[in-house]
Formats: sequence, C-alpha cells, structure tokens
Amino acid sequence: MGRTLAEKVWDQHLVREGEGQEPDLLYIDLHLVHEVTSPQAFDGLRLAGRRVRRTDLTVATEDHNVPTTDVELPIADPVSRTQVETLRKNCAEFGVPLYPMNHAEQGIVHVVGPQLGLTQPGLTVVCGDSHTSTHGAFGAMAFGIGTSEVEHVLATQTLPLKRFKTMAINVNSKDGTLRPGVTSKDVVLAIIAQIGTGGGQGYVLEYRGNVIENLSMEARMTICNMSIEAGARAGMIAPDDTTFEYLKGRDRAPKGVEWDEAVAAWRELRTDDDAVFDAEVDIDADALTPFVTWGTNPGQGLPLGDRVPDPAKIVDENERVSAEKALTYMGLEAGMPLRDIHVDTVFVGSCTNGRMEDLRAAAEVIKGRKVADGVRMLVVPGSMRVRFQAEAEGLDEVFREAGAEWRSAGCSMCLGMNPDQLAPGERSASTSNRNFEGRQGKGGRTHLVSPLVAAATAVRGTLSSPEDLN
Amino acid sequence: MEPFKTHTGIGVPLRRSNVDTDQIIPAVYLKRVTRTGFQDGLFSAWRGDESFILNQEPFSRGSVLVAGPDFGTGSSREHAVWALMDYGFRVVISSRFADIFRGNSAKQGLVAAQVAQPDVELLWKLLENEPGVEVTVDLEEKTVQARDLTVPFEIDDYTRWRLLEGLDDIGLTMRHVDEITAFEATRPGRLPTTAQV
Ligand code: SF4
Repeated sequence: MGRTLAEKVWDQHLVREGEGQEPDLLYIDLHLVHEVTSPQAFDGLRLAGRRVRRTDLTVATEDHNVPTTDVELPIADPVSRTQVETLRKNCAEFGVPLYPMNHAEQGIVHVVGPQLGLTQPGLTVVCGDSHTSTHGAFGAMAFGIGTSEVEHVLATQTLPLKRFKTMAINVNSKDGTLRPGVTSKDVVLAIIAQIGTGGGQGYVLEYRGNVIENLSMEARMTICNMSIEAGARAGMIAPDDTTFEYLKGRDRAPKGVEWDEAVAAWRELRTDDDAVFDAEVDIDADALTPFVTWGTNPGQGLPLGDRVPDPAKIVDENERVSAEKALTYMGLEAGMPLRDIHVDTVFVGSCTNGRMEDLRAAAEVIKGRKVADGVRMLVVPGSMRVRFQAEAEGLDEVFREAGAEWRSAGCSMCLGMNPDQLAPGERSASTSNRNFEGRQGKGGRTHLVSPLVAAATAVRGTLSSPEDLN
Repeated sequence: MEPFKTHTGIGVPLRRSNVDTDQIIPAVYLKRVTRTGFQDGLFSAWRGDESFILNQEPFSRGSVLVAGPDFGTGSSREHAVWALMDYGFRVVISSRFADIFRGNSAKQGLVAAQVAQPDVELLWKLLENEPGVEVTVDLEEKTVQARDLTVPFEIDDYTRWRLLEGLDDIGLTMRHVDEITAFEATRPGRLPTTAQV
C-alpha cells in the first residue's frame, strides 16, 4: 500500500523502530531554540554532565521577550532580560549558534528558519514552541516539543515518538483560487472553525487540493502555522515547484549538483495515489469569505458578514457554556453584527502573518489612508530581514504616514511577553494565532484576522474588510 | 536518574481531589531559568494557610504524598514534578493521575503509584491517626506498606522497568547511541547545517 507524505518523512528518519510498547526513535535534522523553553533544558544537560550532540544542527534566536522599540538598550524587564541573557550564556557554553537581538538574522524562530533556507522538504524540524508546525509548509515534519524533549534533542539529536495518525484537509475551489479579499489566514480559520480546536488531535494534517497548490510559500506557512490551533501535532504541504523556487539561492539551501540531487529527492515527497489517510476533511473554498474570531479560542470564528452567535442556539452543552463564557469575556452581545465591533488596537505581525507578503498586503490597503482616531496600530515585522526588506520597499513610510507604529522584529503583541500588551478590557484585531483569554495582556480581548482585515479595521475602527473601504 | 527500588519516608495525607498543576505550582514560578529550587513554589497558594498539612510537623518532612483522585490535571508544565521532587517527594499516591502528569513523573523519576480509592482512604486514616508514620513503597513488589497495612499499586511495566533501572529518557536513548551514529553516517551531505561561517 502507498504511503502518505508524513509517513515517508517519518520512515526516512527512523533510527530504530520501537518494539512493543517502546516508541520509535526519530532523527531530528534541525533543532530551533529560543529563550523561553530552553533554559531548563540546558540546565538539565549541565546537571547530568551532557553536551549538545550536534551544534551544527541547532540554532538559537531571541524572539519571545525582545522589545520592539529601543532595541539598542538593555531589556528593561528583569525576567525577560534574565531569559535572554541565560540563552546567550548557554549558547556560548554549549557552542550553539545564536542570532541575538540586533543581529541581521534575528527574528521569530519560525520566520528565521525558512528565510535562511534551513527549513527544507523532508526534514524533521523541532522547536520548543507549538507553532513549529509552520515549517511543514515545505513538506518537512515539524512539530513543537516540551522542555524535557528540548533537552533530549540537544543531548541525542533524536526523539522517542509514537507514530502520528494522518488527516487530509482537501481545500478546493472551481478554478483553484480564493475569492478577492480572502487569504490563507481565512482558509485556516475556517478549517479550525469546521473541525474544532481538538479536531486534529493526534494527527499530522496534510493540506491538499488546488487552492493549496496555488498558494505562495508564505501563504502556505500561515496555514501550517495554525495547525496546532486545531490540536494537530503538525501540518504539512507536499513540496512542489513553488517550494523549490522559494528555496533556490537561499543561504542554507543546497547549491550546484547538490541542488539537483535535492530537488530530485524532494519530488518523491508526495502522498502516493493509493495511500489512505486515517481521516479526510473537505473545504469548499468557493464559499469562503474573510473570517474573524469572536470568542476566546481560534475555533470560535465566523465570516465577517455574520453576527455574534447566540449561545442559546448552540446544541452541544460544552460548546454553549464555552460560548457564553467567551461572550462575557469578550464583552459582546449575541446577534450584534461582527462588522460593528470596535477595536482599540490593530496588531500586524507574528509567525503567522509577519512576513513580507503580509506586510505588503496590509500596506496596500492602508496606503493613502489613515488609522482611525482612537485606534493604535502596531506593525511588527517577523524578522530583521523582513524589516529591512520592508524598509527598502518603503512600507515603513506607508505605515507611518497612515499613523501606525513601525517596530523592530519579534513576537511582540502575539503573546505580550514584552511591553507590547493590551490593557484590561482593550480589544484588538490581530493577525496572530491565539485569542485565548489574556494572551495579549491581562484582560485583553483578541479578534484573530488576516492582514487585509487588520488594515481595513485600522482605517474604519471596526472589524472590516478592504471592500468596506470603497 | 537514580534507580528506584524501594523508598521509605513519612507519608503525607492530602485529602483533596483534582489537584491541578496550577495548584501544585502556579504560573508565576514558570519564569525561572533553572531546573532546581522549585520547592518554595510547591502548593504555594495553600502553604500560606497555617493549617495546611505541609505546614505541620512532621509532615513538612514527608516524602510520600497520598492524594485524592485526579492528581496533576491541567497544564502540562513539567515544573509540577520538579516542585514535588525538589521539596523531597519521591512518590505520589492517587487513585487516578492525569496522563501528562504521569508521563512527566516517569521522565523525572517520581513514582506515580496508582492505588485503589478504598486503600487510599485506609492510608489517609492511618497517616492521620499516627502522624509521622513511615510508608515503604516497593517498586519491585508494587506494594505500599505502613505499619501492618499493605496495599498493592499499579504502574505500567515499561515505566516500572525504567524507574528500577534509573533510566531517564536520555539515558534510554543513549543505549542506542551506536544506532544513532550509524544513522548519521547515512545522512546525505547536502542536508543543511546551522554552523556559522
Ligand atoms: S509569534 Fe507568537 S506564536 Fe509565533 S513564536 Fe512568537 S509567541 Fe509563538
């Protein structure tokens, strides 16, 4: 019987097949490290007198805690500063390459890997961060791990794992395109709303279909990034010419003869026609319109044209209770049009939507317009490279002229570990990936949106799509 | 990780069910960067209360925690296990553990011994009637014994073997280091490296 893409990558990395209850032992090709989940892992190595097995397959960057203003100054928050300084000490002691703040390659770990060409088809990629699924857009098997697993990979370059199940997410439209104003963010929000935040549990999702095939690499990364919000271990997309085109010439991509060898090997990384998935889901992309979340988990989303749902009409008891709680927390009334929801803050950035295409899309909407009175808009590039490229294209000016704040690279308001936070009760339209209670600051209220919706919302002050601006 | 065969220490009756990881150690302690020293965070919300069991002699020197059902639910933080071990606990007894907590315990060498609820009640009574009584946990025999009370406990065979051998996850994997080295020799040279040039 044929194998799926995920199974092929798995099989290629089997150091040892588990017997009985024992898990498989999988080789890890690339280990990304950041300051939040690594300190105890390094400390554990130190306690046990172990070293990092493959410093040449490990790379660290500072992202979660870094401020996005005054980046030349020492970090003011003592906890953040300690984490960043600890990472620097650990990397120096164990010989792990590091891209620190102010380095030209610094940025959010999931933006840095792909842009360096480190993320390649068929690799196993891990990081102590759940959005590692981003790298699956290249046909890599990429997943988040906990701190003790970080230590395990540092020490052995392997992980003991039980096989994941596989799920196909087929996204198709008549002509393979999305309707105007609809982005890959809307696609993934719609997928999560359909299968639920637990729908992917235990699975590797493989996104397939003509819509996926026509997406750019950056758009694919947005989709794979949010696989974890459906509960999945990982999300993958089969590599194709779009993937190869993106990788060609990047710093860490193979060159010359090795490039040709690599492409030949990568072309084999497709789910066989006779392979069987453990589950399949179909998405009709012709029906998709811009999506926004109204609640406090990423599955609580609806088309922008809809109204805030009425919990009383939800049949499932758990969902009803969760919707009631969400509306109270979010300060919303059932039945209110989503378009009438006022926001205080608009955040464009994060590993979900902090890349060039995202910034270009937002800039195009906001160009020549103004951020509405009383609204603050933060634009935070996902990496220093993105920042410099955007500045070279003059996007920083576009944002500034519109009244938005242009910042330096990092996770920023995606999780509010640095000073970029919502105040209690404040409401945001955010291109990030989690609308959990307090995620962007204690008491903060988050609506997840695409970069297009974010920019249009900044102009009108209420949740909007670019269409609404005409 | 130290091999675990038997352990004898003061039993602490914790008459609470659904002790979640937020209660074991609240989120504020997660900001630390070390692997040790989490004992002060253990049950920190309850330790403010003088009547809390760990604030009483001789329980404050306990090393076998006897808790109610559904111990360790909630977030997956490994700090919960670190805090228990840093405090001095080697064994937690409950009639039901959250899966992730159980997994995290096995990794760190904390024995999560599953004991039937009626037997937990017997242990509670004994420990309350005679504070400071020592409890012996025998992993080979899978028994918990205090005074003349002996009750069985359950633990899966794989975890029991690892604990008896004193193998943490890394130690287990390192038994296969030759296979890892052999695998590395087969990796194509074109695969990316992070080495800074
Ligand atoms: S941008 Fe947000 S989701 Fe992405 S790595 Fe940073 S904190 Fe995590």
